[in-house]
Parts: sequence; structure tokens; C-alpha cells
Amino acid sequence: MSFLDDFLVRAALAGLGVALATAPLGCFVVWRRMAYFGDATAHAAILGVALALTFEVSIFAGALSVALLMALVSAGLSGRTHASDTLLGVLAHTALAAGLVAASFLSGVRIDLMGYLFGDILAVSRADLGVIWAGAALVALLIGWRWSALLTSTLNPDLAYAAGINPERERRVLMVALAIVVAVALKVVGALLIVSMLIIPAAAARPLSNGPERMAILAALAGSIAALGGLWGAWTFDTPTGPTIVCTAAVLFALATLGERVAALTTRRG
Amino acid sequence: MTLVELKGVDVRLAGHRALQGVDFAMQAGEIVTVVGPNGSGKSTLARTLIGAVKPTAGRVTRAPGLRIGYVPQKLQIDATLPMPVRRFLDLPNRVSSAAAQDALIQAGAGDLGNRPMTGLSGGQFQRVLLARALLNDPQLLILDEATQGLDQPGAAAFYRRIEQVRQDTGCGILMVSHDLHVVMAASDRVICLNGHVCCQGAPSHVASAPEYRALFGTGTQGALALYQHQHSHSHDGGHDHHHHHDGCSHTHPEAAE
Repeated sequence: MSFLDDFLVRAALAGLGVALATAPLGCFVVWRRMAYFGDATAHAAILGVALALTFEVSIFAGALSVALLMALVSAGLSGRTHASDTLLGVLAHTALAAGLVAASFLSGVRIDLMGYLFGDILAVSRADLGVIWAGAALVALLIGWRWSALLTSTLNPDLAYAAGINPERERRVLMVALAIVVAVALKVVGALLIVSMLIIPAAAARPLSNGPERMAILAALAGSIAALGGLWGAWTFDTPTGPTIVCTAAVLFALATLGERVAALTTRRG
Repeated sequence: MTLVELKGVDVRLAGHRALQGVDFAMQAGEIVTVVGPNGSGKSTLARTLIGAVKPTAGRVTRAPGLRIGYVPQKLQIDATLPMPVRRFLDLPNRVSSAAAQDALIQAGAGDLGNRPMTGLSGGQFQRVLLARALLNDPQLLILDEATQGLDQPGAAAFYRRIEQVRQDTGCGILMVSHDLHVVMAASDRVICLNGHVCCQGAPSHVASAPEYRALFGTGTQGALALYQHQHSHSHDGGHDHHHHHDGCSHTHPEAAE
């Protein structure tokens, strides 16, 4: 019996893999105010799942391609006629609703909808684990490779242009990374909560960070603690795992924010 | 050496014709100032030069591998992005600590290295932007309202610094400014822009051109005394650049459509 035979071990490793991929990407989502954009991409994954089941292709491939399509479409449309958040709201919820409608047509197949909406980390198989870690590594490599160009483009697109960087290209890099993370995290936290794993660890890291690199590293740490702590909490209190992971991340965020306030108060007095 | 050249460049931004038929070239070692009223396309010209705006017609040619130092007119750093001054100087290329400190000192911001960008005053922020633009040995400096937020001694030091940079490195410098008299006094060539190039040439020449007066009135003449006083011997030069366009009276080009 190998180490990976234990479903709790597989779940822990899956959570860690997702946390490591979402941390650096999540920082960019926070810095660039892409939360809604992330939601649209993540919700589209449900539609991807339904389509994948219809055409009997792998769920990962279905979720990845529809998420990618959604990312490219919403990026192309935003800022034309409607305000970005309106447009993204339309796209995000339409994708989710269409996915649920499409899933209802799948009469022959039993689809565990709750599993895709909120994740089912305890059911992660060895193959899933391989996909999760491969995707996480790919995202980490992609972001690491483009880090400086991404950071410059995020700070100011014109500074990027002047330095010979094409910020549009960097934006597409982020979209591809986002689509991969969505497809990878679907099994772990589910389509509805993926964005929380992007945003909450990064937001928890912000008060403790004096530079972008430190923020990404602390976000990875916060995400890992949330994944493992959430898993433990779900096991102990018999609660749904994905939501428990997110709640743990939220507690970390609250602690970090509270700590910052207290520190600010003591400095003012001292 | 020509650093960058625009030929017959039209730019449309959101349906508005921001630039129209602009011919313009920057040579190494010259200081050029772009003046013009609000909405005359000054920033658009700067952004076209760096490649952030694609012309709808005409051609932009940059020298191969051209290194540009750019100070944008506006730079908003989101509070969620922790960015100390020293780290900002490393974007996108890491620079040595010595080079970074040197650039900060020369920009009058030597003690700001550890401060977060979002905690700087307007003037400090501008100095840091300038320090960053001076790093990586630029061949072309493009400074869009670079003295905004600087006090008068700060602005004066800034122009001395620019002149020094030109002498030390031989780079070309393009400045966009509202600060008409000071900026014009510091430059070799002035472009008066109003959607198209109204007139250009030596500062004294542009200041007396009817197109310039149509845009800015004669009120600026007194301020230009500063220039004339210092350089009254150079009045003959620069007329060769003079282009006449029929257009400064219809101030917004799209109004004619």
C-alpha cells in the first residue's frame, strides 16, 4: 500500500497543488481587479463540464477549453459598449446558467453537479492528482517566466510599451493561466469557489507584504494553510471540504487584516 | 541618427481624430518640446512614439533596439500592489543597487528607496519616475508633463538635470509640457501641436509664429523674455524647420468633417 492510496493524502496534495498555482495568479487577479473576470471564466467551466459529458471527452479538456474561450471572449468584448463589470456579470451568470441547463439535458448520465460547483477534493484520484500538479506547475512556470513583464504591464501598460513589452500579450498569458487554474481547481474547490482561492490568499498576504514577490509567496503560504486546515476542519466537523477550505482562507484574511489594524494603532500610540 | 520617425501619422482614439497627418522625427542629442492646448494630442503623440497607440494611417519607424525612458503623464498604482521605490526601479529589468541609488540621487530622491510608491507625495513620485526613466541607458527620453507636482526649485533642478543627461549620454529628449516658457527656453526645437503640427522650429521662432499666437495668445510673450534675454544671439537659427499649415484657426480637426 503506497502513500498515495490514502484519499486524505491525495486530497492534501491536491489542495497544496491548487494553492501553489492560485497564489501568484491570484495576486495578479487582485492587482488588476480581475475578480469578476475570474468568475466569468470559472463559471464557464460548468458549461465545459456539461459539453464534455455530452461529447464524451475528458472533463478537464472540456472545462479548460470553454474557460479559455470565455476568457478570450470577455477580454475582447470588455470596454466597448457596456461597463466591464456589467458585461462580465452577464457573461459569468449566463455561462453558469447555460451550464446548468445543458447539464439537465444529460438524461443518461448521472452528473454530480454539486461536486463540480463546490468541489469534491476527497474524491481526487491518482490521475486527477497528476493533472492538478501538472497544471499547477505549468501555471507557476508561466507566471514565473513572464513575472517581470506581467508586473510592468500591470503597473502601467504604457511603461510596458516603452520598455518593448506588449501588455496585450501579457494579458493573454494571464488568461491562459487563469483557464488552466480553473480547469485544475474544479475538482478541488468547484467552479463557484475557485475565485475565492485566487483572491482570499492574496488579500490575506497584502497587509504583510512590502513587495510583490513577498506577497506571492505569502499568498502561497496562506493558500496552503487554508487547504490543509480546511481539510482537517472538514474531517473533524464533518463539513463540505471545498467551502471549509475557503472559510479557513477567510479566517486567515481576517487575522491578517486585524493584525494590520492593531499594528497601525500601536504605532500611532507609540 | 534618427531615433524615431512619424510619417503622415493619423491616430483615432474612440472615434475622435487625435492626430492628423503628423510628420515628425527625433534625432539623437536634441531636446524637443511639444506644446499645445488641452486635447491637442500631445500625450497621444508621446504614446504613439512609444508604441502604445497604433496609428490608423501613416508609419512609425523606430531605430532598431531603441531604448526608451518614459515618464507617463499619469501613473496610478493600485493600493493592493505593494511596490517599494527600489523594486519599481527594477521594472522590467533588474538594475544594480549602485545604479539605482545613483539614479535616485540624481533625480533628487536619494532617500526614498525603501518607501512604498503609494506613500509618496506628487513631487517625490515624479522624481522617482524620472529616476526610473534614466536607468538602462536610454537613447530616447519621453517625458510627458514630467515636472507636474514639482516645486519651482525642483522643476529648475529637473531641467538642469535634463540638459546634463543630454550632454552626458547624447540621448534625444522629447518633453510634453504646459509649462510653456521654461520648457521652451530649455529646448532646441519646439513643436506646436493642435491635432496636426501647426508650426515648429527654434523656440524664439515658434513663439513669434502666428499659429502659436492663435493658440496661446500674445500673453506668453512676456514670459518668453526669459528665453530672449538669455539667448538673444540665436534668433537667426531654426527658420529652416518652419512648416506652414493652413489649419491653426480651425482648432479641432474633426470639427471640419
